[in-house]
Amino acid sequence: MALTLRTFVSAVRSLSLQHRLHGRNVALVTSRGVHFSYVPDSPNPSDGATTRMNFFQSITSALDICLEKDSTAVIFGEDVAFGGVFRCTVGLRDKYGADRVFNSPLSEQGIVAFGIGMAVAGSTAIAEIQFADYIFPAFDQLRNEAAMFRYRTGNLFDCGSLTVRTPCMAVGHGALYHSQSVEAFFAHCPGLKVVIPRGPIQAKGLLLACMRDPNPCVFFEPKILYRAAIEDVPTGDYEIPLSKAEVMLEGTDVTLIGWGTQVHVLREVAEMAQDKFNISCELIDLRTILPWDKDTILNSAAKTGRVLISHEAPMTMGFAAEIATTIQSECFLNLEAPIERVCGYDTPFPHVFEPFYMPDKWQCMTAIKKLLNY
Amino acid sequence: MLNIARFAARATLVGASETIQRTTACYFHRSSIIQSSGSNPGRFEDKPEFPGSRSQYVSKLEFIEPESQEGIPVYRVLNREGNIIEESEDPKLPKEIVTKMYRDMTLLNTMDKVLYESQRQGRISFYMTNYGEEGTHMGSAAALDPSDLVYGQYREAGVLLWRGFSLDQFMNQCYGNAHDLGKGRQMPVHYGSKDLNFVTISSPLATQMPQAAGSAYAFKLQKKDNVVICYFGEGAASEGDAHAALNFAAVLDCPIIFFCRNNGYAISTPTKDQYRGDGIASRGPGYGISTIRVDGNDPFAVYNATKAARKTCLSQNRPVLIEAMTYRIGHHSTSDDSSAYRSVDEVSYWDRQDNPITRLRHFMVNQGWWDEEAEKEWMLDARKRVMKAFAEAEPRKRPSPEELFNDVYDELPPMLQQQMKEMKEHVMQHKEHYPLEQYEKMT
Ligand SMILES: Cc1ncc(C[n+]2csc(CCOP(=O)(O)OP(=O)(O)O)c2C)c(N)n1
Ligand SMILES: [Mg+2]
Repeated sequence: MALTLRTFVSAVRSLSLQHRLHGRNVALVTSRGVHFSYVPDSPNPSDGATTRMNFFQSITSALDICLEKDSTAVIFGEDVAFGGVFRCTVGLRDKYGADRVFNSPLSEQGIVAFGIGMAVAGSTAIAEIQFADYIFPAFDQLRNEAAMFRYRTGNLFDCGSLTVRTPCMAVGHGALYHSQSVEAFFAHCPGLKVVIPRGPIQAKGLLLACMRDPNPCVFFEPKILYRAAIEDVPTGDYEIPLSKAEVMLEGTDVTLIGWGTQVHVLREVAEMAQDKFNISCELIDLRTILPWDKDTILNSAAKTGRVLISHEAPMTMGFAAEIATTIQSECFLNLEAPIERVCGYDTPFPHVFEPFYMPDKWQCMTAIKKLLNY
Repeated sequence: MLNIARFAARATLVGASETIQRTTACYFHRSSIIQSSGSNPGRFEDKPEFPGSRSQYVSKLEFIEPESQEGIPVYRVLNREGNIIEESEDPKLPKEIVTKMYRDMTLLNTMDKVLYESQRQGRISFYMTNYGEEGTHMGSAAALDPSDLVYGQYREAGVLLWRGFSLDQFMNQCYGNAHDLGKGRQMPVHYGSKDLNFVTISSPLATQMPQAAGSAYAFKLQKKDNVVICYFGEGAASEGDAHAALNFAAVLDCPIIFFCRNNGYAISTPTKDQYRGDGIASRGPGYGISTIRVDGNDPFAVYNATKAARKTCLSQNRPVLIEAMTYRIGHHSTSDDSSAYRSVDEVSYWDRQDNPITRLRHFMVNQGWWDEEAEKEWMLDARKRVMKAFAEAEPRKRPSPEELFNDVYDELPPMLQQQMKEMKEHVMQHKEHYPLEQYEKMT
């Protein structure tokens, strides 16, 4: 009896174990279709030799350089020790030791506050929040503490060597809590710098700049790009200046403004507008949300007289609103049409309705036609 | 005018000093000034009178060293061979209940395999299995009243299954089709059921914990004969919300069971990177909460603990903390490959040596309630049921895209009415670019 039972039980067990452990996959972004086509940037030749890297590898490269050159630098957050759920910290613990690259307990407010404290005491703190959607327990620490530390202490103390990295934006199937674009909340916090790169080359240069900037930075990484975006990234150390937007395509009829993933949607829109309607678009990647580069935007708006701003975050109080207001107050007379915004709807980010929620290229095209037919 | 103000201030002062006097008198009266029986006869010794204090003064400089304290024991009823260890602890559950526990545990297991696999094939976007933790689900669910309110984390599908959530309902949620009670808005495994008193799962960790305490307090005020049970992981227990929850529940005397599933990991993070105390249970007494640690792979131990906790909640209006020790046999989710941070040997140890399903099956076989034949038949049946529900859910259309806008508020404000209208017009003009055929028609 006992024997029969044992054999029967173990047969069932081994079957199930095999089943339970089979199938592997390393990060959240699986190979599903993306809603844009990615056009790689070219490296700046003056930044030296390059290697092909995807977005998460370029982040690792930036972190690696920072840890190597700055002996006070540390990296921590949920699951960073084994490489992070998006693989951005792979290998760094082995290279720099468990004191400098470590798992934190599961508490976002703890992570950010710990980082502020390290920064106050002279370390370079690089904190990871697993998803931007989960940054809100730390909102108090970022908004009331990090953003105001220098100001409220009369510059006796600051936490400028804190950088908070976190994945943001849509991924195709992330629903309410793995898709959010939360930059506008932080744009309302003077004292913080808020940065969102559009690709691997940009990510590395901007992240290096953030980690060395004497102000606390929140660095949002569009998670859909981690694997989808691949470029020849300079292997060495280089920085891309913060608070500087980039004109990616020059044009004469319409200015398109975006950041992160949406830049790629807009690039496709610019191409479509040119090919189908002979409309010349000027494409701008804002890159830094706070403090933002007014001059580049205003120069372009004054030139084209028509502006479309697009982001995944909900329309109401999104950062497009701030840009639009600034443009209308500073170059009202140059405008040929009311500024258009193509943004997320004023709803939570939905699971199965994502294709309808997204500010996609077709909506952007409609907005461009409106701008021209005004 | 001025005089009145002065008078008022004086009156307040007088009042305050009276209060102080009264309080002092009261403390004096209460404090136990005792005559020492030691070598110093006639010397009076007092006790600390700090607010809330209930201990002694000591003259020896001594820190409390957690390492020197014994670990909190693990309550067990069944050993690994499925035998009752102490006759007095046998919950004496009738055969039907035990069989239902077993069937639900294995049905859950079967559903997990099918849905995990379906994610690998790209049929659903995401999945999380419950492997290894089935005993915590059925043991606790069986000890509750179906009208008790459940707040889950996400790895408690078995509790819903026990309460009667149908395979259809699970599948519809995972597919986000038009039959999904959550209207396709959330990721798979974010189940919820008003009928079954199971509050819909939310991804942000630990947020449900203080909410659950609030619900329990409301039950108390409403004089309901119900408790709230709140499930959470040992990882989530590190969140600030977990602290708020335990403290609020204790201070406000809430009839709530905090049920921690300590499965050893929070994604890749092992418990040694999560806490340094004796698990989660050691925190209970710090909050003034009645606490027990149980073997989560022993459904009867979980049952007894939950049953007793429920009784404490209701008869004494106070919270209880249960820490159920178990092991996450599966990957964290379909986005995870746990071989990157733990060995296959470690996993197979738990799967083979300490599996709640196996343990309960041993018990049933020992009782003569189950045998190979019954097992074969049931497993076939379970698989058939799961596949049927699966096959039915898959082709169902998703809800109408209009559902994107509903339920943001109780009714659509003008801003959202306009956005919905614009979305519909845009989509109808560009039909070829939207997967409308997969969705129910818009009005
Ligand atoms: C506020 C918040 N931070 C981070 C996450 C990402 N996350 C999802 S599950 C998880 C681990 C949770 O571990 P535990 O509480 O032990 O539950 P288990 O998965 O072991 O059942 C993490 C970090 C989240 N969902 N919410
Ligand atoms: Mg856990």
